Amino acid sequence: MFLSLCPFDNLVCILLGISFTVWFTLLLVFIIVPAIFGVSFGIRRLYMKTLLKIFEWATLRIERGAKEKNHPLYKPYSNAIIAREPTSLEQEIKEIRRSGSNRDFDSASEFEMSDIFYFARRGVESIMDDEVTKRFSAEELESWNLLTRSNYNFHYISLRLTVLWGLGLLIRYGFLLPLRVTLAFTGVGLLVFLTSVIGLLPNGRMKNFLSEKVHLMCYRICVRALTAIITYHDSENKPKNGGICVANHTSPIDVIILASDGCYAMVGQIHGGLMGVIQRSMVKACPHIWFERSEVKDRHLVAKRLSDHVEDKSKLPILIFPEGTCINNTSVMMFKKGSFEIGATVYPVAIKYDPRFGDAFWNSSKFGMVNYLLRMMSSWAIVCSVWYLPPMSREEGEDAVQFANRVKAAIARQGGLVDLLWDGGLKRGKVKDTFKEEQQKLYSKMLVGTQEDRSRS
Amino acid sequence: MGSRASTLLREEEIEEIKKETGFSHSQITRLYSRFTSLDKGENGTLSREDFQRIPELAINPLGDRIINAFFPEGEDQVNFRGFMRTLAHFRPIEDNEKNKNATTSEPLNSRTNKLLFAFRLYDLDRDDKISRDELLQVLRMMVGVNISDEQLGSIADRTIQEADTNGDNSISFNEFIKVLEKVDVEQKMSIRFLH
Repeated sequence: MFLSLCPFDNLVCILLGISFTVWFTLLLVFIIVPAIFGVSFGIRRLYMKTLLKIFEWATLRIERGAKEKNHPLYKPYSNAIIAREPTSLEQEIKEIRRSGSNRDFDSASEFEMSDIFYFARRGVESIMDDEVTKRFSAEELESWNLLTRSNYNFHYISLRLTVLWGLGLLIRYGFLLPLRVTLAFTGVGLLVFLTSVIGLLPNGRMKNFLSEKVHLMCYRICVRALTAIITYHDSENKPKNGGICVANHTSPIDVIILASDGCYAMVGQIHGGLMGVIQRSMVKACPHIWFERSEVKDRHLVAKRLSDHVEDKSKLPILIFPEGTCINNTSVMMFKKGSFEIGATVYPVAIKYDPRFGDAFWNSSKFGMVNYLLRMMSSWAIVCSVWYLPPMSREEGEDAVQFANRVKAAIARQGGLVDLLWDGGLKRGKVKDTFKEEQQKLYSKMLVGTQEDRSRS
Repeated sequence: MGSRASTLLREEEIEEIKKETGFSHSQITRLYSRFTSLDKGENGTLSREDFQRIPELAINPLGDRIINAFFPEGEDQVNFRGFMRTLAHFRPIEDNEKNKNATTSEPLNSRTNKLLFAFRLYDLDRDDKISRDELLQVLRMMVGVNISDEQLGSIADRTIQEADTNGDNSISFNEFIKVLEKVDVEQKMSIRFLH
């Protein structure tokens, strides 16, 4: 009996060996070698076009299903729910008073009971729809992309659609995910190993050259590990040495996307675990700026290290995300002024993800890092556009905050994002009382202003 | 996240809310999605903290009073029905022409009910009267530290003097209505929806 099993076992072993070799060769030829040299076969773009056609079909199917059942389809509120008039406090309260006033002259009374209407309405408007809280959760899509996580109408799905979805599930988890995980490990492993090796070389042009090549290669492998299809625009404006590159922040993947097209010095806090290992080996090959947790609070120290780095023209441009936290890629929130105070040339970069293929936003209150990466690797693809904007410098008479806002407006305009003044820190923290005090001051001026007129007359 | 929003709200519930508040089907589903995105605890009700998380509401000088309007006496949680009932006060009055339902009771967004909402913002202890003290407290909320006690006191006195007709030194709801009879309440206390 033992003998009869052997040839069968042998056969299985041989088959496994062959399929593994074929698999690995395909991987090498189609993915890793192009990554090393930075060329592309165009497979990913073809894949993207096919997917789009399938999604359109799926959405039509759902709409048909909903019409049959005679129910209105749930359309996500990607647009506003209510109409908000941009009138100021003064204007509105004057209007309210004028409509109820018995008197003829304009500067009527100091206080009217109807003033409260303004605050009541503004308050309820913000309860129905506000500009800030919706930036911290994933954007809702108009069409369905065959992922359960973004489906809002799943009781309208026909059999054909379910089969398609099941097929999609199989492909994504059975084929794409293992492929991507393999690539990810390869990419990260190579990065750690090769940068440590390069770190042994003496400082000089050879070291910088090799470090550049190694970094680019490993990031390109990681890009393929996510099936990221990136379109770079205006590459003539790419950041140069001695400058600071600022971009809007949606997820940790932003780093991989930018770093696979150019070399940057990263800035950040040293972590423990795998992340820390990667950080420590990267810094052996070329100077990145890593801070200890305690040093992060000291703003002067941070500013000093950044400006020292920037002054040394042989060092790579710094990559910074001034929002300080991940936003869901529909808007750009307040830029922290630290990086704009240093006085170096700023190279703004706008990154816009196409949400139809996979939502890249990292909702850190919902998912941890590993969970997030698994979700990324089991989506269809990450499709995004990167625009390199012309460099900007601080102008005469402009302070850091105004400069930051100018850069932010340029990035928002290019990426088609909403430009908000609110702080991304509102994701976790409370809003400052100063804003409420401003409102109170404005209103008080309306009451007291007329008092002064009275005493004069 | 609001991703399962419309499916958790049953059709019968939507119909009931439609009858009670006058909102349309799509308005109700959108507001339900909004409700679930505010409900961080995911237990089907909102607490005061959930409201305070909205930055634009937190900087509104009367933010706390408005939040209070959603919670019935002594309660700390509001469910979706209660949420919609309060929001219904701000529906535009013209919309009533579109759905003539057979309710004989006054719609939630009538002129009187809108005025009642505003009245309750002033009436802190819910005793159906605005006393001088209550008026002062609300005024203090609106102006912050920018006006002195004496000035504020005289503003309050003048307001009560003008409104009070029965001499009890406080403003009842009917006196409140009388003072504001010329104001365009319908427009100023209404929020327009985009479908």
